[in-house]
Amino acid sequence: MTPAKSKTAATEEKSKAKAKAPPKKPRAATKARAKAKKTAAPRKARKAKSRAREGFVPRVVVFACNWCSYAGADAAGVSRIQYSPHFRIIRVMCSGRVHPAFVLRAFELGADGVLVSGCHFGDCHYIFGNERAVEQFEKTKALLKILGLEEGRIRLEWISAAEGVKFGRVIDEFVEQVRALGPSTLAPPGRELPREAEAFADAAALAK
Amino acid sequence: MDKTTTVDERALKEANAFLCLECGKCTSTCVVARYNRSYSPRRLISQALAGGRLPTPQELSICLTCMACDARCPSGVRFVDLIRELRRATYGAEFAGNCSHGGAMQSLMKLMTAAELNQDRLAWVTDDLKISDEGDVAFFVGCAPYFDAFFTELEVDTLAGVKGAVKVINALGIAPVVLPDERCCGHDLLWGGDVEHFEMLARRNVELLRAKGVKTVVFNCPECYYTFKGDYADVVGALPFEVKHLSEVLAERAGELNFVDDEGEKVTFQDPCRLARFAGVVEAPREVLTAAGVELAEMPRAGKGAVCCAGNGWLNCDRFSKEVQLERLREARATGATTLVTACPKCEIHFRCAMNDPNLGDEIKMEIRDLAVEVASRLENKKAKPKGKETEE
Repeated sequence: MTPAKSKTAATEEKSKAKAKAPPKKPRAATKARAKAKKTAAPRKARKAKSRAREGFVPRVVVFACNWCSYAGADAAGVSRIQYSPHFRIIRVMCSGRVHPAFVLRAFELGADGVLVSGCHFGDCHYIFGNERAVEQFEKTKALLKILGLEEGRIRLEWISAAEGVKFGRVIDEFVEQVRALGPSTLAPPGRELPREAEAFADAAALAK
Repeated sequence: MDKTTTVDERALKEANAFLCLECGKCTSTCVVARYNRSYSPRRLISQALAGGRLPTPQELSICLTCMACDARCPSGVRFVDLIRELRRATYGAEFAGNCSHGGAMQSLMKLMTAAELNQDRLAWVTDDLKISDEGDVAFFVGCAPYFDAFFTELEVDTLAGVKGAVKVINALGIAPVVLPDERCCGHDLLWGGDVEHFEMLARRNVELLRAKGVKTVVFNCPECYYTFKGDYADVVGALPFEVKHLSEVLAERAGELNFVDDEGEKVTFQDPCRLARFAGVVEAPREVLTAAGVELAEMPRAGKGAVCCAGNGWLNCDRFSKEVQLERLREARATGATTLVTACPKCEIHFRCAMNDPNLGDEIKMEIRDLAVEVASRLENKKAKPKGKETEE
């Protein structure tokens, strides 16, 4: 079996798994966690939180490297791990490719949080790509700090192809973190990506 | 976007294109056309006049909008106005090219249109710099804090220019108002055709400055300066304050500044296109440098005939841009000056980038500094002389 073939098979398997298994997160637990964060959150975050709509669903963009993290997402799928579906995954060949422009563009289009994920140090398919990822991420962080965006809206993670469980856990953690922060103040009105609920409504309307 | 396929006649009329004699002075002046043989301003105009197809955004992105062609045109055709209008008309069409830096700058500018921003852009203000919350004079910082965070690998210090500017303004006895939530001036969005976001930024900036009740706004970045001076009026009407470039302020009040007496280094001055050709400020920076006691060695092409740094609003950067930069750096080196002084952070960024070429080594390396930094480094002590003293010139 060639690696390419197994890749396709795994991807299909993953999408099937995702389609079949809607998350069954205990709502009460989620709310309790969000509430706990609310009291501890700084003023700015609380302000954002107060603006948050009832039942705010965060839109998280995940940049995952082809060799480790994307395969890690596959592993999460084939292992039927239950985790938050509120993220959109974008596969890049290497986490080092994730230029600040990608992250900024995501926020410009209305993302509430961005996660960049690559191979562990020493495991990079391109030897030092993830070291470049750190450099790029530091730059992104510096730019977003000047823009005044909460630091909790971006995250850099190392997830290997075997760490499906970790992938699910990181996504859950990050989505909860972004949910607590509320909607991003940077999304210019009229340039937003459709929220999940709206996207589903659109799809339903199209099907009729 | 409407589906026009030819160039709008109104745009041609407004740019005086019908006066074109097809003499070709624009193409022979154009620094890009010298290297990029497939590009010709004359051809672009004559094809547009003949009812040819609308140029693609990619073709339009080649122009540096440095205005060198217009400065030479015998019939007064405003080629850069035509380019700007065409970029506006084709904005949103499929752009096969790449904005330089992956479009990060465009994204930053668009993000700054958000109504509620909580920027942390004043980290550069050190204790020795005096700024205030209220007053008659404001200092518009521009994108220097972002550039400083973004171009880390080029070792450019765009914040040094801002610090130098505040230092010099302090030396005149003024603690300028600096806005904590100032937006980008929108220059690059305007010149890239994104008028919608430009207008949002223009309104927000003018609103913020109006709320402070300032009478004069001083700029260090020539692009911000010219955008406020020339383009904001179209969006917000007459500005409720006066705009001035730092070099203009300093040229007027150079007599109030105390400069060190020793002989200054030999420098050459790179005229930013927005300052020299667009705003017509040519003499002021030279007066300031001379007053500061540095020896000025002019390049053959200086003032309104200066060559652009080949950065065109983060729209395009290719090998031709590099050629233009190398040509200009060689010209600067040939003057025998040790330092290239410029008044624009983008000139500094682009020349620094070109200098990093490992193949050319020391051939084109030279010190490059912002005008404000050069002037600030020549200040003796930060106290102003009593008013009314003669200038040093």
